[in-house]
Amino acid sequence: MSDTPRKQVHLAAHFPGVNNTTVWSDPTSGSQTDFASFVHLAQTAERGKFDFFFLAEGLRLREHRGEIFDLDVVGRPDSLTVLAALAAVTERIGLAATLNTTFNEPYELARQFASLDHLSNGRAAWNAVTSPDAFTGENFRRGGFLDRDLRYDRAGEFIDAVRALWDSWADEAVVTDADEGVFVPDGAIEAFHHGGGEFAIHGEFNVPRPPQGWPVQIQAGDSDGGRELAARQADVIFSRHSGFTDGQAFFADVKRRLATYGRAHDELKIIPAAVAFLGDDADDARERAMHIRRQQVSPQGAIAFLEQVWGRDLSAYDPDGPLPEIDPDVDGGASITRGRVRHESDSLAVAAKWRHIAATKRLSIRELIIEVTTRSAFVGSPKEVAHLINDYVQADAADGYILIPHITPHGIDEFVDTVVPELQDMGVFRSEYEGPTLRDHLGLARPSSPMGPVTTAASPDGARP
Amino acid sequence: MSTNCDDGRPLHFGISIDGAGRHPAAWREAGARAAQLFTAERAIDLARLAEQARFGFVTLDDSFLLQPVGAGGVRGQLDALLTMARIAPATERIGLVPTVTTTHTEPFHVSKNVATLDFVSLGRAGWLVDVSTTEAEAHHFGRRPLATPEDLYAEAAEAIDVVSRLWDSWEDGAVIRDIATGRYIDRSRVHYTDFEGRFFSVRGPSITPRSPQGQPLVFVAAVNDHALEVGLDRADVIIVDAATIGEAARLRDRIRDGLHGNGRDPSAVSVLVRIDVLIGATDAEAGETLARLDGAAAPGGFVPAGLAYVGAAVGFVDLVEEWAGAGVVDGFVVQPSTLPATLERLAADAAPQLQARGLLRREYAGATLRDQFGLARPANRYATTVAGGPS
Repeated sequence: MSDTPRKQVHLAAHFPGVNNTTVWSDPTSGSQTDFASFVHLAQTAERGKFDFFFLAEGLRLREHRGEIFDLDVVGRPDSLTVLAALAAVTERIGLAATLNTTFNEPYELARQFASLDHLSNGRAAWNAVTSPDAFTGENFRRGGFLDRDLRYDRAGEFIDAVRALWDSWADEAVVTDADEGVFVPDGAIEAFHHGGGEFAIHGEFNVPRPPQGWPVQIQAGDSDGGRELAARQADVIFSRHSGFTDGQAFFADVKRRLATYGRAHDELKIIPAAVAFLGDDADDARERAMHIRRQQVSPQGAIAFLEQVWGRDLSAYDPDGPLPEIDPDVDGGASITRGRVRHESDSLAVAAKWRHIAATKRLSIRELIIEVTTRSAFVGSPKEVAHLINDYVQADAADGYILIPHITPHGIDEFVDTVVPELQDMGVFRSEYEGPTLRDHLGLARPSSPMGPVTTAASPDGARP
Repeated sequence: MSTNCDDGRPLHFGISIDGAGRHPAAWREAGARAAQLFTAERAIDLARLAEQARFGFVTLDDSFLLQPVGAGGVRGQLDALLTMARIAPATERIGLVPTVTTTHTEPFHVSKNVATLDFVSLGRAGWLVDVSTTEAEAHHFGRRPLATPEDLYAEAAEAIDVVSRLWDSWEDGAVIRDIATGRYIDRSRVHYTDFEGRFFSVRGPSITPRSPQGQPLVFVAAVNDHALEVGLDRADVIIVDAATIGEAARLRDRIRDGLHGNGRDPSAVSVLVRIDVLIGATDAEAGETLARLDGAAAPGGFVPAGLAYVGAAVGFVDLVEEWAGAGVVDGFVVQPSTLPATLERLAADAAPQLQARGLLRREYAGATLRDQFGLARPANRYATTVAGGPS
């Protein structure tokens, strides 16, 4: 490394999720719901000077074959409430919550994120997701009302509405001039009106403008509509494209779209999900990775995973034996598991592909599931992983990574203790936070209020300049 | 109601820590720290002050309405539940009771949010139920027209019902981590609520396991007959307005009869009286403060709804003792007219005297808010097994 790297790496930590990648069977696996687990992970991420700590959300327990799915970690507290509490035990790290645009309303959500931003002195971020499924809707007033094709329309309009609410208070509107008896000057709070296909709301917002102006906006959708939404409105994209080639393609595609909306190249950070397996050397890391992969795919979990594609009860099959000879039930596949995002649609084609892999590599059911669910990961010694991450970032495969640890609460301890110092030594990752807000960490400008500065009591008529 | 005072046990005290205090001009007082109104630091300082004095809980109001006051009044309000969550790790024992409204919110979200406050506070969460009564709030959501007061409270009752079911939708010990069978949970201990009501249906179960208290305490302020009915039906703590001991006695009888009528045990429900309090070093100083505040406020700006006290701390303690002696209430929700000033006086001057007279506990009765109210952690309505194995 002779040249000065042109980019700084961004890092975030994802709380181990409600899915099969989170290992619960290990003796060191702690509580997924106790506050202490969240405290340890967030404080460790802050010790590592990460940009933010990220919480996902799911609003309906997954079902498999008509029953609550019982093989994976399940159950979690409310994200915003946890993050508000974490603001008390951290000082700088950003606090990112996933909240659904389908089963929330702009006024309440805008209040919640504005409140979190105030309570954390400017560290809030919102990952906006949109669930059109009626399955989740059964827990909410409106049921499954949203047409799948309209999901990005709703998300986009929701974000616009929320921003209009945040912008309806001028910056520094709360002047608290006791002598003149002016708490908020007339004109510093404007009425809002939002009328669109999804929302028809008007009135007055009741929280002062957030410290960051707008809390940081995260977006995770990967379809064309999702990418377009991100290019228009997001500050950060949480993508699945953690590989080198697919990362570069995604990066180029999304950054290209920014110009349409008059936005600069660096106003949107591409931060894919990533997994790191560390070891003393490359071989040790690979061994440890395989051990963790086997923990992630239990014998029962392997059968359940296979059932998602086959669309039938395969509980009679031996997970250490060969794949079933029978073909998938094409009609059963779509409904056997509910509440999980599926990325494969043609079950017969998937089955054919998997049979080929299993035959070629002589894999049992469990070995096959481990093989086909292995995503790209950074594997190696801390130094090797640090160099890989930096190489990817400098080559525009990403602006950084959201690490998804496999275990609670110690899942990022080793990375923070060993990889972060390497990145710092390379001069591509901060040793101290530069500023107090998440926007500062991400190098994003604070959007100023369109209402302009507040006039003080000294101006005769209270009108804004 | 438990009427703790009958047998010499201390009363319950809640402290409202809203804004700069109840008086609309309170933010203009020297020492009001009005510039910090929307910071966590201020809320934490107030909660710690109340905790040092061993007051039982703090409350925060919440609303989707911008305060309808002019430039001279406090406007703006952070989300109460999130503020309480921010306070939780900075305090140890005090109960945290935010208002969460039921009119424009989702019961599913309310359930997990209050349960999560219970997790992050290790069992100190309560829920003060309220409704959104204005057209303005209805327009902020744009989903439906403003309902009648009767329906608003009927919906609140339904919301409490479903929230309470969702709190039980995971049995204790549902997470089993059984490596032999590969099962993380025992799904026979996770239950659908299948709630079908007039206002909503909720399939369940919650996404959040059962919280430390199992059922966080439900508070209802009986601001009208509809609200009182909700309290009689579903509250653990009923907050009332009563200007005199006689009025409180009549309310107490009505509440006791109502609870009996609903098949509930009156000794399990506490009745607290709201009291507006302004305390100074002396009676004269308190009076001067009130005159100064009234002079600074818009005309007609502040008229306490029920019981009010203005004066030195000792007079407040005398008033509490008199009400306690009459045996008509289980405690008070104190609404300081000025913050932090009146709370500082309450903590420094009133609390030691209340303790000396046996009216305020010297130490918290336990780790959870239920402990403070002498309420056991309730059994789960869905449970078919008891600890130790099948029944």
